[in-house]
Amino acid sequence: MAGQSDPHLSIFSAAEVEFLAEDELVEIIPNMSMDSLNFICGDFGPFFPHIPTEVPMWLAMALKKRGKCAIRPPNWMSLENLTQVLEAERDSRREFQPLPFHYVEISRLLFDHARDDIPDVHMVRTLVEDIRDVRFHKVESGFETIGSRTHAVKLKNLSAMEVNIVRPFFVRALQAFYKHDSPQMIPRPDTASTRTNIGDLPRRDLRPR
Amino acid sequence: MASASDEGLGFGSEDNDASISALPTEVELLKRAWRNEKASPEILQFQEDVVRNARVQIQNMEDTVEAYAEDGKDALTVSLYQMDLDRTEFLLRSYLRTRLQKIEKYMIHISKTELWNRLSKPEKEFAKSCKENMENHLKQSVLSRLPFGYQDFLKQSISSEEDDMVPEPQLDTFVFCKSKGSVGSFQLDAVGDEVVDLIADDLYVLRYKSIKPLVETGQIDLV
Repeated sequence: MAGQSDPHLSIFSAAEVEFLAEDELVEIIPNMSMDSLNFICGDFGPFFPHIPTEVPMWLAMALKKRGKCAIRPPNWMSLENLTQVLEAERDSRREFQPLPFHYVEISRLLFDHARDDIPDVHMVRTLVEDIRDVRFHKVESGFETIGSRTHAVKLKNLSAMEVNIVRPFFVRALQAFYKHDSPQMIPRPDTASTRTNIGDLPRRDLRPR
Repeated sequence: MASASDEGLGFGSEDNDASISALPTEVELLKRAWRNEKASPEILQFQEDVVRNARVQIQNMEDTVEAYAEDGKDALTVSLYQMDLDRTEFLLRSYLRTRLQKIEKYMIHISKTELWNRLSKPEKEFAKSCKENMENHLKQSVLSRLPFGYQDFLKQSISSEEDDMVPEPQLDTFVFCKSKGSVGSFQLDAVGDEVVDLIADDLYVLRYKSIKPLVETGQIDLV
């Protein structure tokens, strides 16, 4: 089914992470009137021209696509703030700056569908991409510190999409270290097969699946 | 269904990851169940209330959308309600489907252990017939043609002391998680002396096995 990820490779597909991000609230300025919407996910509106109101991203996108509103980019997406974040991100070698958990997806959605609502959109876009690059580089260099004694990793301020990208590698690396570290490695049916001695019958180990 | 028409509508609260503990809507509860289920290696307790409430709300919303369409309400409003409905339905379907995938993968293990009690009634029926079908199929197509001693459905050969052909979820795997409230210091391993201080809203990568109880009691969420 579309959007459903393969559970064995990565837990969430990029589309599913975006789905979660679409529930984040954003401020819109409608250009029409509409009654309140009493959704399963909450009540929004009523909508009046030029009166700002908060709605989930998906609703903002739907209205924007139909030309019914302008979107007010969140404060953290201002040039000043992003410039500051980028600097701080470059200055500290280990720590991640606090950004919204879904900053990658939200900025991407806004760049794709609401370019005209973002002042200095090119600069803002470049800044967000630079921030992503710097953070990702940090994640990668952080990988080097993983070792056999790593039982827990704290990733303060890592965002949803970043988690999703590093997850497969991270989990496999930690598992490998854990497995090779444990002296009394118990073979698990999922990964290994057991060998029990049995007289002189020729037998081969059968790998499950 | 007319009597329930307003029951499904009045849940308004901010949909924000950070404030989930405030007063979660049905959708947030479902979303949390979905995320945890997707991210945990083993099957979790079936969220009966959450699923039941989501179903009621979906049913109500379907009625509402239908009524609006008939009343000639403007197309935009109707389509927005339909989108909200689609999103909730996606969550519910994906949640149920994720569980079915786990059941298909670990049906024998689940039916042999206490995990069985975590299934809903229809899931139990599914697991049972799934297991029977698999067993019949393997017996007919492969096992009956193998030499004596290799024909067991659950064992590699007659010499195996335990069922060693049963896939089990790997609980040693690592998961990404976030605690909702402060859990305090938490011992990671039964044997080791590793202690971690879990601070609210910080993201950790931990071994599933060590935080299993916290996931089950809902103190920690998988991401």
